[in-house]
Formats: sequence, C-alpha cells, structure tokens
Amino acid sequence: MKKIVKVTGPGMPLLLDDIDTDRIIPARYLRCVTFDGLGDHVFKDDREQHGDHVFDRDHHQEAKVLVAGRNFGCGSSREHAPQALLRWGIEAIIAESFAEIFHGNCTALGIPCVHATPEQLKQINAAVEADPTLHLTVCLETSTVTHGETKHDCHVHEGTRTALVTGQWDYLGELLEGEPQIRDTASQLPYVTNFA
Amino acid sequence: MSDTRNLFNRVWDNHVVRELASGQSQIFIGQHLIHEVTSPQAFQMLRDRGLKVMYPERTLATVDHIIPTEIQSRPFADGLAEEMMTAIEKNCDEFGITLLDLNDDRQGVVHIVGPELGVTQPGMTIACGDSHTSTHGAFGSIAMGIGTSQVAAVLASQTLPMSRPKVRRVEVNGELGPGVYAKDVALYIIRKLGVQGGVGYAYEFAGTVFDTMTMEERMTVCNMSIEGGARCGYINPDQTTVDYIRGRPFAPQGAAFEKAAEYWLSLASGPDAQYDDVVVYDAADIEPTVTWGINPGQSVGVSEEIGSVDSFSEQEQAGIREALTFMELEEHQPIKGLKIDVAFVGSCTNGRISDLREAARVAEGHKVADHVRALIVPGSQQVRKQAEEEGLDKIFEEAGFQWRAAGCSMCLAMNPDKLSGRELCASSSNRNFKGRQGSPTGRTLLMSPAMVAAAAIAGEVVDVREVAAPVGV
Repeated sequence: MKKIVKVTGPGMPLLLDDIDTDRIIPARYLRCVTFDGLGDHVFKDDREQHGDHVFDRDHHQEAKVLVAGRNFGCGSSREHAPQALLRWGIEAIIAESFAEIFHGNCTALGIPCVHATPEQLKQINAAVEADPTLHLTVCLETSTVTHGETKHDCHVHEGTRTALVTGQWDYLGELLEGEPQIRDTASQLPYVTNFA
Repeated sequence: MSDTRNLFNRVWDNHVVRELASGQSQIFIGQHLIHEVTSPQAFQMLRDRGLKVMYPERTLATVDHIIPTEIQSRPFADGLAEEMMTAIEKNCDEFGITLLDLNDDRQGVVHIVGPELGVTQPGMTIACGDSHTSTHGAFGSIAMGIGTSQVAAVLASQTLPMSRPKVRRVEVNGELGPGVYAKDVALYIIRKLGVQGGVGYAYEFAGTVFDTMTMEERMTVCNMSIEGGARCGYINPDQTTVDYIRGRPFAPQGAAFEKAAEYWLSLASGPDAQYDDVVVYDAADIEPTVTWGINPGQSVGVSEEIGSVDSFSEQEQAGIREALTFMELEEHQPIKGLKIDVAFVGSCTNGRISDLREAARVAEGHKVADHVRALIVPGSQQVRKQAEEEGLDKIFEEAGFQWRAAGCSMCLAMNPDKLSGRELCASSSNRNFKGRQGSPTGRTLLMSPAMVAAAAIAGEVVDVREVAAPVGV
C-alpha cells in the first residue's frame, strides 16, 4: 500500500464542534450500492441552507486539509462520510477530537486524523481564512502541522500513525495473514463451539 | 490473586488474536450483523480481491433502513431502495449468509432482531455497520459500530484491528420516579457527560437503576452510548439476562444453555473490578427529559426551561446559538408547551414491545391532536405480531395513530417516512441532528415513547406524569 507520510495542500476552515456524519453526508445520499459520486453531496444541506458555505467558495476548491473543531464525525458510523470528503478532495483532517468510528473509517481510507489543541486550531483556521492559498503540511513522521514559518506540534494516534507511514493502513491483508491464529482463537471461545 | 478485571477487559482478552504491526490488537468478532445500507460496498471489496467470507455462519443479515412501512410490494417505488434490496439478496446468496428478508417473519431492525432471536449473547464481541450496535452491550457483550471497510474486514477475516479503550463505570443508584424511563436515563447521562465525553471509553452502566431494569430498558440505555461518544456501552449479565435469553431460537438449548449461563455470569465485573474512571448519579435527579437542540446532549428536564447561552462554556456557546436558531427557540423558553407537528414511536432505541405498551397506555381512550401526524413503527415483525396479539394496534388506531410495518422509518428517514419542511417532531429515536428525519430543515425533539404519545395527544410537549397515571404503581 501507499505510504502516507505527508499531506500538503490548501486548508479548508470549518472550525465547528460536534459535526455529525448526517451533516457531512445526509442519509438520503446513502441510497446507493457504491461510494461513487458522494463527493458532490458533501455538507449538502448546510450548503443549500447557508449561501457562501466554505465548501462552495471558489478559493477553497483546491483544499486538501480540513480544519475542524471538537468531536468531528460524531453520530452515524456511515463510511459514506469520509468517503464523500475524500472524493471531494480532502486528504487530511485536523481537529481537537474525532468520533471514534469516524476516526477508524478515515484511517481505513488513508485519511490522517490529526489532533490539535483549540488554540492551535484557532491559529490554523485563521491563517487559512486570511490566505486561502496558504498550504498546510501535515507531517505524520513528526506529528506536526506547518504553514509558512509556523509549526504546530500536534498528536496522531500512534496505531494510526504507524499504519499510515508504513503503508499498513489497508489492513485486510495483514488480518488475513493471521488466519491460523484466528481459527485458534475462535476454537477456544465457548460460544463458537456452542458450549458443547 | 483475585481477578480485578472488569467485564470489558475479560471479554477483550478472550478475543485477542494477536498484536498487529501498528500496535493495535487483532480482535475476533463473535457475531457480525449486517443490513442493506453499509454492506453492498463491502461485498464488492471482497469480490474485487477475490476473497470469501471466512465464517459465513457468524454473520446474520436483515433489512431495515430503507424498508417502506406502508407499501411493501416489490419492486419498491424507490428504485434506489429496490437496488439495495436486490444487492443484499444477491450478496447473501452468493456468500452463504442467512438473510432475514421481508418475507421472513423474523425481519426487523438489526438491533431489535439480534436480541429477539437470541443471537446476541453475553461475552461475545459483536460488530455491525451501524453505530447503534452498542445496543447489544445490554447483554454484557462488547458491541461496536463499524464502517464499511471494517464490514469487509469482518466478512473476510472475522476480525478487526482495534485499540483497547479505557473503561468508565457510569453508576446510577436509587429508584426512578414514576413516568421516568430508560430513555430519560440515557439522555440524562449524555447531558451530564457530553456528546464527546465518552470518546476513548467503553461505558459500563452499573448501579441499582440498571440492576432493576428489564433487558429492553437496558438495550435503550446501551443503544445511546454512542450518542455520548463512547465506543460501546454494556451492562453486566445477571439473572435478568439469562432469563431473557432462555428459549430463544439462536440461544444454546438444554444442557448447553446451563453451561452458557454459568459462563455468562462468570464474566461480570466483580466488586474489586478496576476502572479508568467512575461517575455516580442519583436516580432521583432524573425527570422525563426532552432534547431541544441539534445534538442529543442538548436536553432539559421537562419541567425546566432552555438555558441561556451564557450558562454554557465559552467553547460550547457557538453550538448553542446555532441550535437555538435552527430550532427556532429562545433562551429561557420552557420546553413544555412547544407545539409539535409529528409524533414518531419506533427505531432501534425505542421500537420494542415494552415501548409500544408504554405508548399505548398513554394513548388509550384519547385522540391524537388534529394537527399532529402520528406514526407507530414496530422494530420488528415479531414486535408487530406481539403488539397485535395484545390489541395495541387497535388502541393506537382508535386514537388516530398510523400503525405501520417494521423498519427504521422516521429515525433517519431513508424510506418514504420523512418530515417535511420545518415540521417539529416528537420522536422516540436517538438523534436530533439537523436534517436527520429526512427534511433538511426538519426539527426533532427526542423523548421517551410515553412522552411522545402524550405529546401526540396534547399536540405539544407535555409532562407525561401530568397526563397519565404512572406505570408500575
């Protein structure tokens, strides 16, 4: 798999707390059997209800790094949410915290989730708002976010960081390599043998 | 030395296959549940890689999210829904998985049918591509919602890569007052700990309130663990758990059941069990609770008024303002008296037979207010059948509620049951997110089924304790 060490690109300022996955991709777009085309519907209702949504602004169309607040991606487990962000063009997300299923879904898709403090997020968000062409660099080797001369020491969950930088984030192959141990573990679980 | 592990850690340890290069553990998943929304892409991932399902007998499929609750003849009017139905039928057939299809009387919402059939058992790890998988923790299992890539992983390997969460004991002691239900306890805990308070944790719900709850009530509480940000929630298995499972079709039978029951009870956290955190609440502080905002943590007791923006921390204030604006509410407004347009009883949180009984008890002999559209949607075909045997359908219909077929319905509105425009809905479901009930501008108030029924009749939010004789006294 591709090793994901660094993501560099313009930022998307969306410093809001408790953004749920229903908001990222409303349920009516889940009526599909593939993830194709989901990128068109990112934050669909927010965009329709509030003109000038950041995802619609011309100068953010090249954004790659989403800046969010606390508890990003809460609610439904729908992988459609990170799939939609990825297909729109988002390749990394910086937030104070992430809902855990969302975090797991992102990692499985190779999207780094970076934890920053509220103060760091304010600074990064303000920098991106002031200059939409400003490039943010998320470095997983150093767990930092850099823009211009400013470097923020952030945090990336260690298991996620290792998986992404070593190219192990598509973990299915590794899981399958454990088949003998899987079968062994299963055979020791009383309910698998129906308490015989 | 005594074993001071809590149930979570005992069950976790039993399921560790090995450590992975990332430092995460590979965890065996004892029971996998799937439905039509989050599985089609997973099956395609298997096909693309030429993989089989490793333990097809350990996955059970049902259809729930997109199921119409009125006209169920095939093909469905919604072509996209029909395509999803065809996909799960084809996938289950091709990969050898049992499917509870619409023509199977065991069909229903995935988190209702698992327990109902005895598929859900203590000491298991359970995964499903749906965040409310936490429901199954009511039995003392580790039950987690997952995304579609993880559904593919479970299908192919029956395992997941996971990091061990911390465990918080959430203790509620004392007795709940009349008219206060499991749903109110769940909403109270989320209000106290916050919608992000559980991130990094599994929640163990303990204390006399949970000890005396029925399994159905326990499921309601565990269902909403995810709304508090927890990875999962659980309640230690006890005699109530064992009695509930006995005789169910997928449960062990005869001598095997007795062995199973002994094993299940042995997993429960002991008095010396250790936790990463403990919080303790008093049941007497909990009253019927109603959400007013756009996340399940934004709630008040029914006798309270909505707080002022200033009463929240600085970080929360922007979200509070957004919620007030979206909901068209004012600071200091009482929640009681708020006029509703729609009432919905159902969903994986509160679509069980006990929920319908409680709602029917409030509705009996009354009429739904003229301006209210009211739906009762049983969580499964079995729940519907049981309710009809008890005559609950007649009570609802005579009161002016619509009596529907089983499904997820107006919880997330992937089927034709939706809010329209700015409608305000009293709902027994678990999420009040913007647009959740199918209208981008629709508004949701979460509350217990009894409170929904009371609101349907009054046409506005009322205190169920003032309009109906309390249950159980």
